[in-house]
Amino acid sequence: MSKGVLYDGNRCIGCRSCQVACKSWNRNPAEDTTNKGGYDNPPRLSATTFTTVRFREVDHNGKFHWAFAKTQCMHCLHPACEGACPVGALKRDKDTGAVVYDDGRCFGCRYCMVACPFGIPTFEWDDPLPWIRKCTFCSGRLDGGLEPACVTACPTGALQLGEREDLITEARARISASPDKYVDHVYGEKEAGGTSWLYILPVPFEEMGFPALGEEAPTENPHIAMRTLPYYAGGVVVLMAGFYWLTKRKQKLSHTGDKHGKKEGVAK
Amino acid sequence: MMQQKRPFPYGTLILSIVALVSVPVMIIRYLYGLGAMSNLSDGRAWGLWISFDLYCGVALAAGGFTLAALVHIFNAEKYHPVVRPAILTAFLGYIIVILALLVDLGQPWYIWHIMINWNIHSPLFEVGWCVMLYTGVLALEMSPALFERLHWRIPLRFIGMIQIPLIIAGIVISTGHQNSLGSMLLLLPYTLDPLWYTPILPALFFVSAVAVGPAMVILESTLSGMAFGHAVKLDVLSGLGRIIPFFLGIYLIMKLADLAAAGQLDMIVNSYPQNVYWLAEVIVGVVLPMVLFSIPKIRNNRAGLFGTALLVIGGLIFNRFNVSLLWQEIRPGYTYFPHWMEFAVSAGVIAWAIIVFMLAIRLLPISEHRGEAEAPAGRVPEAAAS
Ligand code: SF4
Ligand code: SF4
Ligand code: SF4
Repeated sequence: MSKGVLYDGNRCIGCRSCQVACKSWNRNPAEDTTNKGGYDNPPRLSATTFTTVRFREVDHNGKFHWAFAKTQCMHCLHPACEGACPVGALKRDKDTGAVVYDDGRCFGCRYCMVACPFGIPTFEWDDPLPWIRKCTFCSGRLDGGLEPACVTACPTGALQLGEREDLITEARARISASPDKYVDHVYGEKEAGGTSWLYILPVPFEEMGFPALGEEAPTENPHIAMRTLPYYAGGVVVLMAGFYWLTKRKQKLSHTGDKHGKKEGVAK
Repeated sequence: MMQQKRPFPYGTLILSIVALVSVPVMIIRYLYGLGAMSNLSDGRAWGLWISFDLYCGVALAAGGFTLAALVHIFNAEKYHPVVRPAILTAFLGYIIVILALLVDLGQPWYIWHIMINWNIHSPLFEVGWCVMLYTGVLALEMSPALFERLHWRIPLRFIGMIQIPLIIAGIVISTGHQNSLGSMLLLLPYTLDPLWYTPILPALFFVSAVAVGPAMVILESTLSGMAFGHAVKLDVLSGLGRIIPFFLGIYLIMKLADLAAAGQLDMIVNSYPQNVYWLAEVIVGVVLPMVLFSIPKIRNNRAGLFGTALLVIGGLIFNRFNVSLLWQEIRPGYTYFPHWMEFAVSAGVIAWAIIVFMLAIRLLPISEHRGEAEAPAGRVPEAAAS
């Protein structure tokens, strides 16, 4: 069992308390932003913004919705970023489910950013000594028995920390209690192999910018490839050594008595 | 044997300028960060350098291991004169990769972390190790040229003794490396376009690299023949031209069979505009060269060989760009087109490599290498003669 957070789009009032709490807990400075007509501010995640609330005007089932969605790292059950990182700088904590970053290992290749299906990790582009930054699930707070800063700050209970399994049950119960208020989907239950952070929303998820993902964990195919690689490499060695031996032998047979006759050890 | 010294008026000048321009650009990167000299962003974390210098650089270095296998393992003696240039080209390809990574990585001085912190499930872990190991192997494979020039008999004899294991190691490492570059994309089932995403990407990468290896040797031999005036025998090059269509054919069949097996053949027609890119890559870079290389008139003609090899190389570069950049989804709200300084770095790195290449050809016995030293069983006693 690992932890999760359930975000309920019907309880969220778009106050951005979570954003502020996240900034102050992680000691992230404010960002200078320009108003480009939307409500999202900052407009997207960055090296100093681990979470933002999305605001969208959505027409759904003939009704107008002023809909919100908090975004941050999903803390996947099979994180693509963890599978990507060559030095194991990103790791999923089995107890809490938090996918945490260790800058003592990272060397800045940014494969994690490319691999993440949710587009989460960010990079310190303007720093000559840049690191990766992303939501930590406030793993330090979790270890100390506290809720994540954003969950604590949420005034309406739109964010709820719990055991992931319980949260899924809870989410289903809320949907079936008022089916007209929710779309019938718990986002994160199956997406990309499942995530710790779960969402229920009054409007379709694509409308809120959630990527439509299948159930396959992105780490599946590369793991198969990496597992077969040693056998493959061994096969190539044997094949090459074998062919070498064969061609040498053929040569030797056709050159018997040749002064270059004796062979140095065949590759092993 | 030193060849006559000829002055290089324009070529060298342009090369030096391109090489020198990259120096201040690298300084900017280390003073102000990657954001100051590239258009890379959180939305597009890998750009021109990874696509061109890493993906294309490694693939185009495939001439080294394909020719080494052909000559030393399968004993196709005929191609012996081009093995050393091929290995040198591969070596330079890897130098390009490493130089580009020095700019691209956030903290390149921590690259050694890959030696102590292992994530064996990461394809990039494998790629990193292959870059390091294969560069080392290539350096050792190249070293006889240096030792011959210096008349160092003992290291020469030592390299001669471990030559075959070394060559086999080189083949295995680069085979694994070409594969792993494909495996890296396996982590992107949701962001790489389905026309290209397939579990057999590693195999496709490998086969296409094997096909492009000899094409690179044709290109490199023709160019250095023009520059230095010691042309490789036509017979050798057309022999390579005969090998290429075979691997291109396997590649084509794999690509089509894979789409067919996934029931996605219709995407070739339906998924506009991706299909235009896919078709361009396959028709110009695979089908057309297969046809051209099988026409004897073209295959037995230097210009024909050169042009067709260029098609194969162009097709491969286009393929690597499609999978590593163009058809990888960008995060919403971002755009990417390389900054001129990104081009300056890529071009500069190549210029540096070519300068090294030219120096090596002038100073070391590479092209006029008479082809006996490491011939049959990895013995090198004649070497001192050069
Ligand atoms: S959302 Fe992205 S960054 Fe977060 S755990 Fe999943 S793969 Fe990693
Ligand atoms: S940037 Fe750092 S954390 Fe991300 S994959 Fe590379 S080494 Fe790992
Ligand atoms: S869990 Fe912590 S780091 Fe993540 S969004 Fe909430 S406050 Fe920020």
